[in-house]
Amino acid sequence: MTQPPPASAPVPATEPEIVIRVRDVVVGFGEKLVLKGLDLDVRRGEVLGFVGGSGTGKSVLTRAILGLTPKRKGVIEVFGLDIDLLPVFERKALERRWGVLFQQGALFSGLTVLQNIQLPMREHLRISQELMNELAMLKLDLVGLKHDAAGKFPSELSGGMIKRAALARALALDPEILFLDEPTSGLDPIGAAEFDQLIATLQKTLGLTVYMVTHDLDSLYSICDRIAALADGKIVATGTIEELLASDHPWLRAYFHGQRARQLAPPAR
Amino acid sequence: MSGETSPAGTRVLLAGLWTLENGAGMEAAAGDIERMGAKSGGGAILIDLAGVTALDTAGAWLIDRARERLTRAGAKVEVRWAAERQAILLDQAHYRSFESAPPRAGSPLVNWLAEIGETLMSAGRDLVAGVSFLGEIVAAMLRAFSRPSRLRPTSITYHVENFAFRALPIIALINFLVGCIVAQQGIFQLSRFGAAAFAVDLIGILVLRELAVLLSSIMVAGRTGSAITAELGSMKMREEIDALRVMGLDPMEVLVLPRLIALLISLPLLTFIADISALFGGLLVGWGYGGISPEIFLARLQNAIGLNTFLVGLIKAPFMALVIGVIACLEGFRVQGSAESLGRQVTASVVKAIFMVIVVDGLFAMFFAAIKY
Ligand SMILES: Nc1ncnc2c1ncn2[C@@H]1O[C@H](COP(=O)(O)OP(=O)(O)OP(=O)(O)O)[C@@H](O)[C@H]1O
Ligand SMILES: [Mg+2]
Repeated sequence: MTQPPPASAPVPATEPEIVIRVRDVVVGFGEKLVLKGLDLDVRRGEVLGFVGGSGTGKSVLTRAILGLTPKRKGVIEVFGLDIDLLPVFERKALERRWGVLFQQGALFSGLTVLQNIQLPMREHLRISQELMNELAMLKLDLVGLKHDAAGKFPSELSGGMIKRAALARALALDPEILFLDEPTSGLDPIGAAEFDQLIATLQKTLGLTVYMVTHDLDSLYSICDRIAALADGKIVATGTIEELLASDHPWLRAYFHGQRARQLAPPAR
Repeated sequence: MSGETSPAGTRVLLAGLWTLENGAGMEAAAGDIERMGAKSGGGAILIDLAGVTALDTAGAWLIDRARERLTRAGAKVEVRWAAERQAILLDQAHYRSFESAPPRAGSPLVNWLAEIGETLMSAGRDLVAGVSFLGEIVAAMLRAFSRPSRLRPTSITYHVENFAFRALPIIALINFLVGCIVAQQGIFQLSRFGAAAFAVDLIGILVLRELAVLLSSIMVAGRTGSAITAELGSMKMREEIDALRVMGLDPMEVLVLPRLIALLISLPLLTFIADISALFGGLLVGWGYGGISPEIFLARLQNAIGLNTFLVGLIKAPFMALVIGVIACLEGFRVQGSAESLGRQVTASVVKAIFMVIVVDGLFAMFFAAIKY
C-alpha cells in the first residue's frame, strides 16, 4: 500500500490572513499621548520588524497588544478576536497561542532556567515530567544555551544568556505568534546572527508569525519580511526593506542612511 | 495512528495533530510506536508521517525520540513522507541525550547533622557579620562627622519624615490602647485589695520604663526595618549599589548612615509620643472606669514617678534604633539576585530585629537593676 505524500495546501492568491489587527489605537500616560491613533496589520507567517527611535512607544504598543497596558481608544484584534471583549476562558486560550520575550527578559528570579521554561508547560499541558524535561532541554538547545545553564538561576546568567533563556520560555508552548522586544540587543554579533537564523528557521518550520521590535539593522536586512516604522505615535511607513530604504521620511532617512547603516546597506546600483 | 506488519517489515501510520495541544495523546501515541516497533522483532520499521496534519517541536521530538530508541534496540527505522516543513522540524528537534548530574545522595542522618552544623555556623557568622558591620558604620560615621557636609541633612530629614512623622498615628494609637488596657486591668485587679489608686503607679512605671519604648521599637522594626531591608535589597538586586560603588560613592555613607541617623532621631521622638499617649489612655480609663479624676491621677503620677523613670525608657530608644538599623541594613545587603531572597531577607530582618530588641531590653533591665536607677 503506497500513499502519496499529501499535496501541500494550495497557496491562496487572495489577501494574506491578518493575525494582528490594530486600528486607531490611542495610548497615553497622564497628559502625554504615546500612541496617537495607530494602525498596524501583521500577516500570518511573516516576520515583521518594528523600528522607531528610543522612547517612541514600541514597547508600549507591544504591551497594548498583549493587553498589559490599557488603551484609551481603538481596537486590537488577535486571530480575529477583539482582546477587550474576550471572556476570561477564551482569553487564556488565546494567551497559550502567543509567546513573549520581554525587553528585560522577565525571567522569574526564584526559579531556575529549566523551571522557568517548564512553568507554562506545567500550567497548560498534561504531559509527563520526563517529556517536559526533555522538551525544556530541547528548547535550551535550540536557543543555543549550554546544558549546564538549565540549573542556574537568572541572577547567575549573563545578559545574552538571559535573552536566550527568555526566548526558550517564550517558545515553550510552540506558540503561533512570537513577540520579541529587542531580542538581539546585548548579544555578540555572532550570537545575534545565530539568533536571527534560529528565528528564521522556527518561522519557516512552525509557520510562526514573528512580531519583532528591534534596532538591529542586521536583523532587519536578514530576516524581516516587512518592516513597520513608528514615529510621532503613528506608523509612518510599512513595507519591505527596499520600500523603506526608498522612503523620504526624515527619521527613516536618518535611520537607514546614517553612518552605521551605510556600512551595511547593499551597495547602490 | 495505526500499524501493519508485512514480511517486508512494520509500517506505522501516524495521523492527526502532533502538537502540544494534543500533548497527552501524542505522548501515548509515541509510546505505541515504540511498542509496535519492538513487537516487530528487529525488522525494518517505516514511520509514515503522511497523515500528520500539524507538527510542532514537541511532536517532532517525540517522533524522533521513538525513532532513536527503536534504532538503539536494533531495528532499521525510516521516517518517510514528511512534508518539507516537517522534515526541517524533525531535523531541528532531532534526538539528543540530556544526561543530568545525579542528585547528591547521603544518609538522612548525616544530612540532618550537616544541616544543624550549618545553622550553627550561620548563626555564628551572623554575629561576626553584625559586629564587623557595626564597625564599618562607626568608621563611616567618624569619617562623616569629620566633614559634616557629608552628613546629607536632606536625606536624613526625608527619612525622619518617613520613619517618625508618618509612623506617628499608629504608634500613638497602639500605645494609647495599651495604656487603656493596662489601666483597666490594673484597676480591676488592684481594686480587690482596695488599692485601685495604685493602678496609677503601675501605669506610670510600667509604661515609662518598659512598654512605650518596647512597643515603639517593635513597631518600628516591623514598619521601618522591613522597609529599609526591602529598599536596600532591591537596590542590591539591580546592581544599583555596585553602581554607587564604581562612581566612588560609599554605600555606607550614602545609604546606611542617613537611615541610621534618621532612626536614631526618630525612635526617641516616637518613644516620647508613645509615653504621652499611653499615659493619656490610662488617665481616660482611670477616670471613666476607675473613678479616678484627672487631678488625682496627675497628683499620684507625680508622686509615683521621677525623672529617672522617664529617662530609663528614653535612654533605651537610641540603642533600639541602632539594633534595628544595623540589622535592617545588613540583611538588605545580603539579598542575592532573586525576589525570593528579598522576601527571605526582609522576614529575617524583622524577626531578628524584634528578637534583639527584646534581648537588649532584658540587658537594660539587668543593668538598671544593678545600678539601682
Ligand atoms: N508606565 C509608564 N508610565 C509613564 N510613561 C511611560 C510608561 N511606559 C512608557 N512610558 C513612556 O512612553 C514612551 C514610550 O516608551 P517605550 O518603552 O514604548 O519606548 P520604546 O519605543 O520601547 O523605546 P526603546 O527602544 O528604548 O525600548 C516613553 O516616553 C516612556 O517614557
Ligand atoms: Mg522598548
